[in-house]
Amino acid sequence: MARHNVTVTVNGEAHSREVDSRLLLVHLIRDELALTGTHIGCDTTHCGACTVLVDGVPTKSCTVLAVQADGAEIGTVEGLADANGMSALQEGFMQEHGLQCGFCTPGMLMTGTALLAANANPSEAEIREAISGNLCRCTGYVNIVKAVEYAAAKMAGADAAGAEEDN
Amino acid sequence: MAPRTSAKICGMGHSMKRKEDPRFLQGKGNYIDDFTLPGMLWLDIVRSPIAYGKIVNIDTTKALEIDGVLAVLTGKDLEAYNLHWMPTLMSDTQMVLPTDTVMYQAQEVAGVIATSRYAAADGVAAVEVEYEPMTPVIDPFQALDDDAPVLRTDKEGQEDNRIWHWEAGDKEATDRIFDEADVVVREKMHVPRIHVASIETCGCLADFNPVEGHLTVYMTTQAPHAIRTVLALVAGHVGLSEEKIRVVSPDIGGGFGGKVPVYPGYVIAIAASVVLGKPVKWIEDRMENLQADSFARDYHMDAEVAADSSGKIRALRIKTLADHGYADAQAAPSKFPAGLFSICTGSYDMENAYAEVDAVYTNKPPGGVAYRCSFRVTEAVHCLERIVDTLAHKVGKDPATLREENFIPKEAFPYHSPLGWEYDSGDYQAAMDKAKEMIGYDDLRREQAEKRARGELMGIGVCSFTEVLGAGPSKDFDILGIKMFDSAEVRVHPTGKAIARFGTKSQGQGHETTYAQIIAEELGLPAAHVQVEEGDTDTAPYGLGTYASRSTPTAGAAGAMAARKIRDKAAKIAAHLLEVSEEDLDWEPGTFSVKGAPDKSVSIQDCAFAAYTNLPEGLEPGMEATNYYDPPNLTFPFGTYICVVDIDRGTGEVSVRRFVAVDDCGNIINPMIVQGQIHGGLTQGLGPALYEEMTYDEDGNNLAGSFMDYLVPTAVETPAWETGHTVTPSPHHPLGAKGVGSRPRWGRRRRSRMRWWTRSRTWG
Amino acid sequence: MIPPQFDYHAPGSLEEALALLGELDDAKVMSGGQSLLPMLKLRLATPANIVDIGRIPGLDSITESGGFLRIGALVTETALEENATVAERYPILLDTAKVIADPLVRNRATICGNVAHGDPANDHPATMLALRAQMVATGPDGERTIGVDDFFHGLFMTSLDPGEILTEIRIPAPGERSGGAYLKLERKVGDYAVAGVAVQLELDKNGKVTQAGIGLTNLGFAPIRASAAEKALTGATLLEQGGLMGAIAKVRGIFSGGMDADEVIAAAAQAAADATDPVADRRGSVRYKRNMARVLTARAIRQALSRAGG
Repeated sequence: MARHNVTVTVNGEAHSREVDSRLLLVHLIRDELALTGTHIGCDTTHCGACTVLVDGVPTKSCTVLAVQADGAEIGTVEGLADANGMSALQEGFMQEHGLQCGFCTPGMLMTGTALLAANANPSEAEIREAISGNLCRCTGYVNIVKAVEYAAAKMAGADAAGAEEDN
Repeated sequence: MAPRTSAKICGMGHSMKRKEDPRFLQGKGNYIDDFTLPGMLWLDIVRSPIAYGKIVNIDTTKALEIDGVLAVLTGKDLEAYNLHWMPTLMSDTQMVLPTDTVMYQAQEVAGVIATSRYAAADGVAAVEVEYEPMTPVIDPFQALDDDAPVLRTDKEGQEDNRIWHWEAGDKEATDRIFDEADVVVREKMHVPRIHVASIETCGCLADFNPVEGHLTVYMTTQAPHAIRTVLALVAGHVGLSEEKIRVVSPDIGGGFGGKVPVYPGYVIAIAASVVLGKPVKWIEDRMENLQADSFARDYHMDAEVAADSSGKIRALRIKTLADHGYADAQAAPSKFPAGLFSICTGSYDMENAYAEVDAVYTNKPPGGVAYRCSFRVTEAVHCLERIVDTLAHKVGKDPATLREENFIPKEAFPYHSPLGWEYDSGDYQAAMDKAKEMIGYDDLRREQAEKRARGELMGIGVCSFTEVLGAGPSKDFDILGIKMFDSAEVRVHPTGKAIARFGTKSQGQGHETTYAQIIAEELGLPAAHVQVEEGDTDTAPYGLGTYASRSTPTAGAAGAMAARKIRDKAAKIAAHLLEVSEEDLDWEPGTFSVKGAPDKSVSIQDCAFAAYTNLPEGLEPGMEATNYYDPPNLTFPFGTYICVVDIDRGTGEVSVRRFVAVDDCGNIINPMIVQGQIHGGLTQGLGPALYEEMTYDEDGNNLAGSFMDYLVPTAVETPAWETGHTVTPSPHHPLGAKGVGSRPRWGRRRRSRMRWWTRSRTWG
Repeated sequence: MIPPQFDYHAPGSLEEALALLGELDDAKVMSGGQSLLPMLKLRLATPANIVDIGRIPGLDSITESGGFLRIGALVTETALEENATVAERYPILLDTAKVIADPLVRNRATICGNVAHGDPANDHPATMLALRAQMVATGPDGERTIGVDDFFHGLFMTSLDPGEILTEIRIPAPGERSGGAYLKLERKVGDYAVAGVAVQLELDKNGKVTQAGIGLTNLGFAPIRASAAEKALTGATLLEQGGLMGAIAKVRGIFSGGMDADEVIAAAAQAAADATDPVADRRGSVRYKRNMARVLTARAIRQALSRAGG
């Protein structure tokens, strides 16, 4: 069976691998690139534990072939924090107790990150709809919603502060 | 209750942010599938497509031709080592791999060992198994028929499909009350078979070192110590004695009771590692997880309440049939085959009660786990609260009022229930009042009446539960003979930092934070300076693990007691440093000072340093203590939940408008974490109330074997939970805590009624 | 859950894709892959070859031209949801897209894939029936246009030849007074429909229905056109009319042996229910599903009317 050369840029770092046609993107990320923050929780594209960003778009990486991602920019949970520390959304999850076992959390964070990039001030209903492809069994979602709201408020505050500085 | 310690120390009552969060938030957790060892092989499992039948032949030829497939293990292979059977935690038996018969759909039939995840899956698809199907027994009532085939022919003396009969209470006295009572109501109900569906499935990495004869198993278990003991019992005869087994439970992606049992997959992986001398990893997929792993509930209950004409409850009578599937694979205390179901008299004072449960075998997966629940308490609460509602309708009283009129008054504690429990404390009216106030109960009832007059459907549900947690006192509670104490070991280092190890295992409950806060409360060390470890049988003290909301009542108490031992020693050192006698010392969290001279003081950190550098004569060096805590009683948390739903008259769709949950779990260690536990329990109650059910067709085919049909609620279906609490401390727990984490208090009543409505009346 | 072995091909042009389909044995076309990949993982599909059309340029546009809304093969549900023309002029499409799976799946899933999959549980087929869409299939001999009524043949069966690709869906541009709606009853977000109903209505200036389209989801082995229901609506005046005009309409209805608007809608809804052939499963009994078809049809008609500017 055919093998394919695949190059993906994950969290800013380029990786090339020769892969089977059938290798799933989530296995490329976890098994080949050893980025185990992205999880697997089902077989039928329901749980969203495997959510990553593919060219900025939140995607269930268990339902994409690695070859389909050739040339793509991939964002995973490992890339959310930077030298300044955790992202506003990660901080929100910690402050609002938006996680318990932590297994769905990376997927929730990637979906939430994309939501906030597209909609800086989402309503509760918009947040709930956006994360409806990510299942959480521990939290009952209340605090995940609050975590996204926390991040939105913090980012708005930072933007306002930044705008004031620019003035 | 205001915290006794400063925000810096962060003892009980502080909503400390969780110490485990930074690693989970940055993808640095260590879950089972994140582990890799050099030379690691993969196990994938061939499973039975039928519910009951003979295995005629297993042909592995094509599988072994696949590149990367190394071996296929069958029951016959394991039989050579006498490893094809294993005990359950309820002293029943179950197959690891069958030698001749399959007993339920998705049962393990063979294990394929390969060099990769992908090759192992190809191997599974290529193993050819020929079955001779037999007619399965699916309905538990039919399992009791005289002509039902006996399923467990492997068990000597087993002449029917009954597993056990359990009963509690005075049958005759109860019957007498029923004979003379003004009012009797009866309702049959089924708490359906459901599944924990933790987002992480089960798995393990078995690493047998053939040179040292030592086995390390990294596995998704809530009870690592007990599992090690079971493995030693199962495999002792092949040289795996307990000191040569190390079980490590890493970060767990949700347990909820489903990661207590020993599943065949673990044992097959271990056997494969022993046979091949290489590390073998097994990670089940979601369909295997839902179809083969332990279920919860599945109690068919026939309940009756006897009352006087005003609705004063006089007696309760419940007859239950428990469908355990192919084996009784609960993890309940051994003297309590029906768990703590006898809490079924709940929050109400009554003259007498009688409850009985018969357990039967069927051709379904084995189980009966305590899912987000102290053993069978959810079933008991569901049964009682539904029949009490029925009584309220019968006597024409508001369901809240009827409950209030039957509450055990707060002056009556400690209260002896008719089925033998000594409730330690309670104030049920306070919780009811708070819930009613939070939700605006009277206004809602008015709105409901108006809506019903207009033909609109709106439902209000009330539930006032009493639970029993914290198993348990060793005189009554054991699993496989091992008493249900739990343990803590606390060591303070010379610089005043500490490590604390426990016999339990967190699966998201935040033990690394709450246990640190308990130590902080007792020792006055900042919780930030207390590192908590669990889950490694080589380093943690022996304990029975985390399930049934037992961790805070048992291991949490052990932590407090161990810390108190250290504080006692620190007092001796402080007296030495301050050159006074111990009796002349005052203690504020973190500081010993001389009575009457508060500026003469030493800190707990000073004492720790002195424990290694400057000891009073005759005192043993070091600052370390261990406690095995055997609780004197269980704890009896309680609460009132009120729910409002709107129902679409055309389609029957139910939407939850509001849900108020008032809980009393005694003194609270971390309010933020407790609230999070309650949110989770509520959502896991919402699931089976409206969405989740594991059903089978008459051939034993699982009809909800993936997330396509096992409907875990999303953020859209889940309401914004509103929580409140009252505090009635446990009089016997060292911290006054009662435990939390078991709150799936949702009835199906509304749904069954809704279905009836939609099917028979409200078209269009 | 691991897919079986197959060969993967990513043609850079439509011509190359069609050539591959001609050459390869047992090849399956993949666009977003959100239906195909789960089937592969469950090993319900085991094609020897997959031809991924996802990298072919020019297939991802939504345009309105020549009297049609044209949806290219690679237009995702998310792109449809975010399209201003769709939101303004084709709200039924927005209704449909929004209830498919979940937002993450919709980021990759395509409308053409949803239709070409031939699954009666998918949502777009009913909507395409209601809209009287045309399917543009491109094969080795060029394009052919297939009317939606000739497209669906049964469970996972369509008129597409193995060598063809569904390259475009053409939806007739709506008339001045028209409106549509898609309603779906689902057990929870992301589920397949218990029942789904798509209704598209064209009205004349007096509010009379000149054309009605009604499609049904997951109520039979193929997407269903509720022809009798459409007929019941066609020619009827359903808009609420107050005052004298309303009274005249009512009287005229009575004299013509006809029915008032509520009765017409009820009759159409019953006709839609009668057109179904559901199976009992965990989503409900046959009787429940039929009744849901009726309830949802009535509601969708009213919503379509309201959107038609009634």
